[in-house]
Amino acid sequence: MDLILLLIPLIPLAGAVINTFFGRMLEGSSHGHDDGHGSEGEHHTKPIPGILACVMVGISFVLSLIVFFDVLNGQRFNVDYFEWIVAGNFRATLGFLIDPLSATMLLIVTGIGFLIHVYALGYMAHDPDRPRFFNYLNLFIFSMLMLVMGNNLLVMFFGWEAVGLCSYLLIGYFYKKQSATDAGKKAFIVNRIGDFGFGLGIFLIFGTFGTIHFDQLFAAIQNQSNVFAIATTMTAIGMLLFVGAIGKSAQIPLYVWLPDAMEGPTPVSALIHAATMVTAGVFMVARCNPIYSFDIGPAGHILGMSAGDLVTYVGCATAVFAATIGLVQTDIKKVLAYSTVSQLGYMFIGVGVGAYSAGVFHLLTHAFFKALLFLGAGSVIHVMEHGFHKVGLHDDPQDIRNMGGLYSKAKVTAITFIAGWIAISGIPPFSGFFSKDEILSAAYHEGYNGVFWLGILGAMMTAFYMSRLVFLTFFGESRAKPEAREHLHESASVMTVPLMILAFFAVIAGFIGIPEALGGHNWFGHFLAPAVGEHAAPTEVHGFSEGILIGISIFAGLAGIGFAYLMYFKNTPQADKLSTEFKPVYTTLLHKYYVDEAYDKLIVSPIKWCSEKILWKGVDVKIIDGFLNVTAITTDLTGRVLRLFQTGYVQTYAFFISLGLFLIIYYLMK
Amino acid sequence: MEAYLLSAIVFIPTLAALIIMMMPEENVTGVRMTASFASLLTVVLSVVAYIFYDPAVARNFEVNIPWVQVMGINYHVAADGVSIAMLLLTSITIFTGCLISWEIKERQKEFFALLLVLVSGVFGVFVSFDVFLFLVFYELAVLPMYLLIGIWGTGRKEYSAMKLTLYLLFGSALLLIPVFGLYVQAHAATGVWSFDYDFLRQNFNMEESWQYIFYPMVFVGFGTIGGLWPVHTWSPDGHASAPSAVSMLHAGVLMKLGGYGIIRIGLQFMPYGAQEWSLFFACLTVVNIVYGSLSAIKQTDMKYIIAYSSVSHLGIVTLGICTLTSAGINGAVYQMFAHGIMTALLFALVGVVYGRLHSRMITDMGGLAKIMPFTTVAFVFAGMTGLGLPGLSGFVSELMVLTGAFSAGVAGTPSPMMKYIALVCLTGVVFTAIYVLRAVQRIFFGQPTEALLRNEHFAHLLDTDRREIFALSILMLTIVLAGAYPVWIIDLINSGLSNDIFPRLGIPTM
Repeated sequence: MDLILLLIPLIPLAGAVINTFFGRMLEGSSHGHDDGHGSEGEHHTKPIPGILACVMVGISFVLSLIVFFDVLNGQRFNVDYFEWIVAGNFRATLGFLIDPLSATMLLIVTGIGFLIHVYALGYMAHDPDRPRFFNYLNLFIFSMLMLVMGNNLLVMFFGWEAVGLCSYLLIGYFYKKQSATDAGKKAFIVNRIGDFGFGLGIFLIFGTFGTIHFDQLFAAIQNQSNVFAIATTMTAIGMLLFVGAIGKSAQIPLYVWLPDAMEGPTPVSALIHAATMVTAGVFMVARCNPIYSFDIGPAGHILGMSAGDLVTYVGCATAVFAATIGLVQTDIKKVLAYSTVSQLGYMFIGVGVGAYSAGVFHLLTHAFFKALLFLGAGSVIHVMEHGFHKVGLHDDPQDIRNMGGLYSKAKVTAITFIAGWIAISGIPPFSGFFSKDEILSAAYHEGYNGVFWLGILGAMMTAFYMSRLVFLTFFGESRAKPEAREHLHESASVMTVPLMILAFFAVIAGFIGIPEALGGHNWFGHFLAPAVGEHAAPTEVHGFSEGILIGISIFAGLAGIGFAYLMYFKNTPQADKLSTEFKPVYTTLLHKYYVDEAYDKLIVSPIKWCSEKILWKGVDVKIIDGFLNVTAITTDLTGRVLRLFQTGYVQTYAFFISLGLFLIIYYLMK
Repeated sequence: MEAYLLSAIVFIPTLAALIIMMMPEENVTGVRMTASFASLLTVVLSVVAYIFYDPAVARNFEVNIPWVQVMGINYHVAADGVSIAMLLLTSITIFTGCLISWEIKERQKEFFALLLVLVSGVFGVFVSFDVFLFLVFYELAVLPMYLLIGIWGTGRKEYSAMKLTLYLLFGSALLLIPVFGLYVQAHAATGVWSFDYDFLRQNFNMEESWQYIFYPMVFVGFGTIGGLWPVHTWSPDGHASAPSAVSMLHAGVLMKLGGYGIIRIGLQFMPYGAQEWSLFFACLTVVNIVYGSLSAIKQTDMKYIIAYSSVSHLGIVTLGICTLTSAGINGAVYQMFAHGIMTALLFALVGVVYGRLHSRMITDMGGLAKIMPFTTVAFVFAGMTGLGLPGLSGFVSELMVLTGAFSAGVAGTPSPMMKYIALVCLTGVVFTAIYVLRAVQRIFFGQPTEALLRNEHFAHLLDTDRREIFALSILMLTIVLAGAYPVWIIDLINSGLSNDIFPRLGIPTM
């Protein structure tokens, strides 16, 4: 089993390595980078690098299944392979921990990863640089697996940074495009700010407990005799680690990179920026649950909050905030991006209030339906692009104002997309309903009433903007230029089959976690319990009962869909009327509250200014070198003055000697 | 045979330099081959030294021959773990540096001869266990730099060469005081005139008040070459003017002499002084790390970016030393190795780009990735090492040094203040990311700028040839080996430090 565990990440890595060195060869092209021949040459290349990448992830998926079934039978693996870094008392091994939590993540990463790899075969079929693309994609799977499998914080951090690198490379995949490389750079740097906190958290853990291995760390927390002594430290650790999660999982205030990250190819958005990497923060909080559950009351709070409170509030604020921006965006991928930010907020509410399994449950269902929605969006973009391309138009294929009526043109894409839409809107029995409801009712029962109601508001907005997206894209009259309309055709089956599989899971995935209140027995929650603890169902109900909460949540979803139906289904003019009536609000939302502009003015520009004007041209050139030059000039001058005395004439020397003698005598006689 | 190993490593480059000087001027290929072969030989011998190194023995491959008996100067060469790590670093850097320097167009003979003499000096420093011999080799390593920059450099080369030389001479002058103080005081205490490192170490403890006076002199003296703020400003100008191979060797190896000297002489003979002064110097290193990385953000010359990044990264070396913990000092030496290889790679890449475009302004580039894919991959790789991506070597040293800094108060050593210093240093990770990614984007991504299209060399721009790929790959492979499985280097370094430095400082060995 040790070997199988090791192979799970190593096989995709091998795929990446093979594609790095032999990708061009496998493709059978000798002049891969030569764009001059590209447009004709690309059709002659073989898709072997892509297939290889798919196979590698497929093997990983099969191995993950084997591991998963072992875990299902109650097994747990904690394997150390070798000592990785040793420094003083600091010891970190390369080791894996497989429990229900990481086994679930394994399946999500390799399973959805595999489907997206296959989809990408079709989506990227005409890209001249495919070996590079699949190389990065495989490298990402490897990194993500390291992140979820690590049995200590350092292996996790390795994965954490490596997925960031892959994300950077893939966002900037179209490297000739300025906006793409800008977005990649932004993603990396913003994540680095989060990593600063994450790194501090790790050091603080090591400083407090002397270990960064999960099992030892959690045992040490449990056996702590004097809980008051470490209470504040624990809160600080939890908050610092969460700063890392804020960066990686795009929460307020570091969410700004994710919408820009849509510059990457769509399969990348689906895999990295929706289903897997951005959920790493949620996974981390769930993994470190003993830290977040360690709450002894106000004595250990910082700024009046426990670490869990901070997670909850940030998650809640983000869930609502991002949803409001999603209401007015016109780029199909941007809407989904803000939706992802918002949904991640819900996951953080779950893990923040202590309902770890609910958070991870939403992570799971969201992975299905959001990957589905992104791939569906990719298919739509593909359809539009193809149509525009045929007739030589340069309209934006991602702008929903150019779409409409696609249902009849691309049925599979439309139907699967609709499945994803109902799932995210929280309509039972689709998967999103169960997980979102579990989170919100947990928040309610833990006493976060405000969070619950804001969550409901967010859910309503979610249903609204998703319905708006669906209605404007698939229904009504086509708004594409007439000449392009007849060229709109469904995508190839290599793309639609993954859509169907994902749609299937988006519909049914919720059934593994039907709550007790609805006659189920929350199988998923019990399955995860050994890793994250059981979230105790409330013994006595205060306030609303479970049934009423579920009712409110369903109502919110339906209401959102209803509003959108009235405003957008028949291309009624209401929407335009609203946007003119509430112009300031609308503009603010459209410009995303001007947050990017504010960051640029308040943070980016001052740093640049300080670097150039103060440090480089100020301190270095003016002060330090200035001092140096003054020293040099002084030395030079001294030399010149002294040289005047060294004339080489005996008379001068005699004169000065006499002068000196005279002065000495004068001094002595005085 | 064993006894000759280290002397062979030290003198093979000098010998090669003599042979080169006797060659006819026109035989350029012969000159290059001789230099490359000699440096390859040092790589092989360093690896041999690594393989036969016995961590249980304090002085491996020891030779101790009296040289100037009246003054107690010996030809005492030996190696411990730290020396071996530095020998590996130096030999790899000079070998790849020679391969990259085939670009040099004028006076190849003198260039390679000087380069090899310089390397002899560097090797000599790393194996000397006699303080006087140490200083002799040190000067031998530092002085040829003046000529190498002044003759083969570019831009304001005379100014830079002079600035660099004056700075380093100032450092050397500052060093002589504590060294001779040590010599005289040891004589007063023991009645023996001796420069021998081990003799002094075993028979003499300097008075605490003197340690307090001498330690900062040693630290600033060596710090000058080690890029310590504020005596670092020679470094950006010097690197910018120097030819690529010289920059590689200079930033890769010569600047490491600073940290090496502080550990060998400062920590060894003035442990009390080290404890008293460490907090003060730690504050300077913070400035190094943050200031260096911040200053690099807006630079437009590739070499200035890398030079400032070196200033920043070498702050990690000095910070590690200042923590006075096992993790920190081990990390400092590891960083000397890791940064040496990384910066050699970066300067080599700048050489590759500059050699083709005759421009180093990143504002005048853009879109090179399409034409130079290998160079791009290598540059991104080096950049990722620089910004501390786990799995590559830069991360390991940062982790070790910061672990040392964060545990400094715990271990009962200097001060809990060290934690806050480390905290400020950690902000460097953000700034480093900014300048690395900015450079990568400006040089390789996007579309070629107007200036680049006007550049006459752009039309026939080619990616790296086989020789360059070979040299760059060696460096990249070393980075992966050191980063993915760092324990082999850490053990090597630790075995050396545990023998004499850690006991001296009262640090428990790990």
